[in-house]
Amino acid sequence: MTEQRATSGRDRRFVLKAALAGGAAAVLAPGVFLIAETQAREPAAAASTAQRWGLLIDVSRCAEGCTRCVDSCRAEQGCEDRGPGAADPQWIRQIVASDPQGGATITLPVMCQHCAEAPCVDVCPTGASFHRADGIVLVDRHLCIGCRYCVMACPLGARFFVDRDLQDQRPATPRGKGTAEGCTLCVHRIDAGQRPACVEACPGAMVFGDLNDADSPIRQALARHPVTRLRPDLRLGNGVQYQSL
Amino acid sequence: MAAIVFAPLAAPPQRLWPLLAGLGAMLLAGLAAAGFMETQGHHVTGMTNRVVWGLPHVFAIFLILAASGVLNMASIASVFGRTDYKPLAPLSALLAIALLVGGLAILVLDLGRPDRLLVAVMNQNPRSIFAWNILLYTGFLVVVAGYLATMLNRRLGRHGFRAGFTAFLWRLVLTTGTGCIFGFLAARALFHSAIMAPLFIAMSLAFGLAVFILLLPVAAWLGGARPGPALLQRLGRLLAIFVAASFYLAVVLHAGNLYAPGGRALERFLLLDGGVYPALLWGGQVLVGTALPLLLAFTGRPIAAAGAVVLGGLAQLYLLIIGGQAFPQDLLPGLRLQSSFGDGEVAAYVPSAPELLLGLGGVAIALLLAMLGCRLFRILPTDLPEPAA
Repeated sequence: MTEQRATSGRDRRFVLKAALAGGAAAVLAPGVFLIAETQAREPAAAASTAQRWGLLIDVSRCAEGCTRCVDSCRAEQGCEDRGPGAADPQWIRQIVASDPQGGATITLPVMCQHCAEAPCVDVCPTGASFHRADGIVLVDRHLCIGCRYCVMACPLGARFFVDRDLQDQRPATPRGKGTAEGCTLCVHRIDAGQRPACVEACPGAMVFGDLNDADSPIRQALARHPVTRLRPDLRLGNGVQYQSL
Repeated sequence: MAAIVFAPLAAPPQRLWPLLAGLGAMLLAGLAAAGFMETQGHHVTGMTNRVVWGLPHVFAIFLILAASGVLNMASIASVFGRTDYKPLAPLSALLAIALLVGGLAILVLDLGRPDRLLVAVMNQNPRSIFAWNILLYTGFLVVVAGYLATMLNRRLGRHGFRAGFTAFLWRLVLTTGTGCIFGFLAARALFHSAIMAPLFIAMSLAFGLAVFILLLPVAAWLGGARPGPALLQRLGRLLAIFVAASFYLAVVLHAGNLYAPGGRALERFLLLDGGVYPALLWGGQVLVGTALPLLLAFTGRPIAAAGAVVLGGLAQLYLLIIGGQAFPQDLLPGLRLQSSFGDGEVAAYVPSAPELLLGLGGVAIALLLAMLGCRLFRILPTDLPEPAA
């Protein structure tokens, strides 16, 4: 009887330990794997040139009419949408491109390309447009004077000007009336070890990762598929690249 | 040559006060418009995320170019040794300062955050042509003020040539810089051209001289010396040369685009089917801004020619600045684009009343400053001798 009790106690402890280990693994594993994929920094660590964040978008998997990336961006960043037109900032927009001869169409999302040679960074008189060490192009809202020269200089129409009062601002993405803005690559999510909202929402056309890491999924995909960049003639060093374009 | 006597402006009150009241009202309306745009946000203007620089920039660039060009009178006198023009030199330098301040005031008041002007002064990005221009503009004000001082102060007069030469070179660099604000933009098909710098210099010479010719009779009406017909004829012929030079460079710009297959869609838009833009090009720039002034200048109507140059110049800048943004950007050359942002389509732009009022407010600032300068200093000659034939 005593021996039986001791055996059942050992079993209980084993089951509890296994359950704890399994639970811990279930809770931590996604984070660990995400961290392995995006190599998130420690919360207090500064962005580093060791990383160069980028996106690979497989246009062949981007369905016309699918707006998940656009919708998730608006929800994440709190950008307003008053319908089609040039008035609202569109940090990410869907472009339908058709061949004038054959008529074949492709659909692709276009956002700030986080260019290594970013014209917006070059032209900004105050240095408000800047590169973070890991290649993300951002706007320092405290330095921006609202001259809009960056909007003029962006070859892709991916920089915007906030021309009215803002409501429903997100704490992670402060925006400012009278200043310029554009896709931040969800820098707040990246710093928390997550992927950008558009990538999370996309059913499989977008790969996000560190272009400096030879083992990262994005680098492996880049090794397998020829890619192209928007306005390759300008040699912008785009952080966003397109497959099957 | 007899000594030139300069005197402060002593306008008859019945002419001075209505003019001051009118300009003051323009200034207040401009400031109110700027306040309205700033508090409401730029959505109350015609400017959008496709056409981000609008009518205020047309006025601002016009004034900045005219500021550089109007200094030509002083340069001709002190750098090129044409003493006939010496009586006009102080007014030329004063107008250069006044017009530049008016143009810069528009740019500053149109900023999304004009309250952060100090930020722009304290933080300069050395890679930005815009930042370089801020230095060039402030430097121009200092250099021309120094040049003006050599004209107003007998003791400083011996530095006149050096100051004049520095100002002459400075304004060439300054207008090159203004042209490069556009010429350096690879993002916009119409702007990205090295010819923008010489084109802007030619435009500045034409616009500046036109403004000067227009203001000479105004100064006379306010009690200054009346310019004689021979002087005005000569200035009119000089204006015709500048207008022709500006037109020539514009032709080369368009011809360069037309020659390359990739530039023909842009030129088709500008020359033929772009709605208001071909109308501005043919009716404004070519007819009113070029053909008409040439005709008027050589048929003895220099003041009318100058007026046509100002109107044609505004049309040319509208076409260049706004047309250059309205034409769609070519993200994927060769493909037809559609999007909720209007990719592949010509961007709409309708200038709004606040933009017009802000632009006119800048003009009022320039004219009020010029009048104040004429009142405070001995700027206006008491006599304007006719030039020797």
